[in-house]
Amino acid sequence: MSDNRNVKIRVRNLSKVFGNQPKKALELRDQGLKRPEILDKTGQTLGLSNIDFDVYEGELLVIMGLSGSGKSTLIRCLNRLIDPTEGEIVIDGQNIPSLKEKELLECRRRHFSMVFQNFALFPHRTVQQNAEFGLEIRGIDAAERRETARNALKQVGLEGWEDAYPRQLSGGMQQRVGLARALANDASVLLMDEAFSALDPLIRGDMQQELLQLQHRMKKTTVFITHDLDEALSIGDRIVLLKDGEVVQIGTPEEILTKPADDYVRRFIEGVDKSRILSAESAMRKVRSTVRDTDGPRTALRKMRDHSLDSIYILDRERRLIGLIDADAASKALEEGKETVTEAMTQDFRKVTREEPLHNLFAMFSENRFPIAVVDDNQVLQGVVVKGAVLDELAQAGEH
Amino acid sequence: MAIEFPRMPLGDWIEGGLNWLTSEYSAVTRGISRLTQTGIDGLNDALMWLPDWSLLVIIAALCWWLANVRLAIGAVAGLVLILNLGLWDPMIETLTLVVIATLVAVVIALPVGIAAALSERLYRAIMPVLDFMQTMPAFVYLIPAIPFFGIGSVSAIFATVIFSMPPAIRFTTLGIRQVPTELVEAADAYGATRGQKLFKVQLPLSLPTVMAGINQTIMLALSMVVIAAMIGADGLGSEVWRAIQRLRPGDGFEAGIAVVILAMLLDRLTQSLRKQKA
Repeated sequence: MSDNRNVKIRVRNLSKVFGNQPKKALELRDQGLKRPEILDKTGQTLGLSNIDFDVYEGELLVIMGLSGSGKSTLIRCLNRLIDPTEGEIVIDGQNIPSLKEKELLECRRRHFSMVFQNFALFPHRTVQQNAEFGLEIRGIDAAERRETARNALKQVGLEGWEDAYPRQLSGGMQQRVGLARALANDASVLLMDEAFSALDPLIRGDMQQELLQLQHRMKKTTVFITHDLDEALSIGDRIVLLKDGEVVQIGTPEEILTKPADDYVRRFIEGVDKSRILSAESAMRKVRSTVRDTDGPRTALRKMRDHSLDSIYILDRERRLIGLIDADAASKALEEGKETVTEAMTQDFRKVTREEPLHNLFAMFSENRFPIAVVDDNQVLQGVVVKGAVLDELAQAGEH
Repeated sequence: MAIEFPRMPLGDWIEGGLNWLTSEYSAVTRGISRLTQTGIDGLNDALMWLPDWSLLVIIAALCWWLANVRLAIGAVAGLVLILNLGLWDPMIETLTLVVIATLVAVVIALPVGIAAALSERLYRAIMPVLDFMQTMPAFVYLIPAIPFFGIGSVSAIFATVIFSMPPAIRFTTLGIRQVPTELVEAADAYGATRGQKLFKVQLPLSLPTVMAGINQTIMLALSMVVIAAMIGADGLGSEVWRAIQRLRPGDGFEAGIAVVILAMLLDRLTQSLRKQKA
């Protein structure tokens, strides 16, 4: 589904060895040795090994792994806070590992903003001055950067705190400053290194929601690091799962949940509340039959009988969903001699998009007897979810 | 039978080296000497020109502004006592010596400390030198100081600078190294140059530590005043030195107490400066 999207960052064959004999370590790696053996033999730590992935323009990519999986190293290789040992990282045609000092500074200024786990705010600067930092580094003049930083602070809900110092703010608010500093900079990629991990769960949930809204609004390419699978699943468009410095699986949250690549991923996802993650799309079935708004009740009744349906969706010429008619209403309309199905149709059924979380559908089923229609943004009918399918999907996901 | 090793002529080598320096670089040392002497005279004359009561008011106001009323009252009491004991002029001479020595020490120590913080190699090279400077008995510096700069205040400042500089270097290095890595990373991540990183992040954040180092430097400089008096520096030190030579404990203690008052005053002042910055 993502193949036709623009690649913003292409990472190929990326490896990082910590130690003074990286060549030796990589040779052993190529002979098939794993991280612990290489450490034993050479004293070198294989931080990352042959990492391949793409970051698409405008997506929120989560890099997820437990501590020691290399995720912090990976995100720091992207803007070369850590120099990779081998491999390429291409952003807009520039290969980052081969940039010279000056080009690197320019590249960081243009392409990367970063949000840190422990906020990394400058304690000697006010909230406003912190938010201005990136702009100041780039040499933007004072009036413009004040304006831009002010807007960024407004976006994260910190209006009125401009003159406070970071230590006067709570953790959640501090991280908002961190976020504002990143947004003000308007770099093309936002790097978030365990940005919400130091926050308590409630604040964290709020921040995740706000990030999603911001991301939705600004379509900013974001690389988000976390060790928390729940977080990864709930905010990521796609997830890169790392283990011991290697990629285990890359996929959408649903793919990770429903098609885990190996036992490691399977064990990993055991604890996850699946109904929160699975969406209407996963339980969606093809619609067996529909009628046009110009069709009469007789046609509707025949189609329902042929496909053993209790009700049928009514579409207009552009296949947009305009209503539903059930068998009883159709028979009645036929008796009353009505010309088209639209005269007897109902709107009393639920419509959702593909992204609707599965657990929301339960409540809809309990208040309404009709199947749930899945439509796109233009109201074009995509599929249908029946009650049994939701339960099936959950049961299947639970078996993995 | 014990094998006899010839004695290593370490002292001869050092003397040879010093002699060579003295003769080859006499123009340089004379230049430094003249410059320093001008500085000393200028500052001394300025402080002496001010009537004692007005200087007293200025110092008290400074204490009030930078610290609190208590320090201001203490300063007035201490300075009035010095005035009353007739030690005002020597106190000013000592203050001049300390201020100039500290200035020179800080001007050298800051860049060296910053460089040592940023370069591991320089750090390793410089640490033993600092140990040497600090632990070598301070008297020893007086001996080469005299051929370099002659008898008097300039030699005293030379010895004082060498002896009191190490903490300023050490604390500067420490302060910069103590800046949390995440903050340095943040500066890097936003594309800061080395200079921007230094002046916008590392230096401001290490300022309290740097100030602690400068405070130590001032204290060490003050502790050198009596030793400096031995090569002809004027001030409270020479009062003490004279009292020792004449075996007059009363005079000695009076001058000694004046040194203590000056020390406490300078210490509290610089510390409050440090807290304000922190």
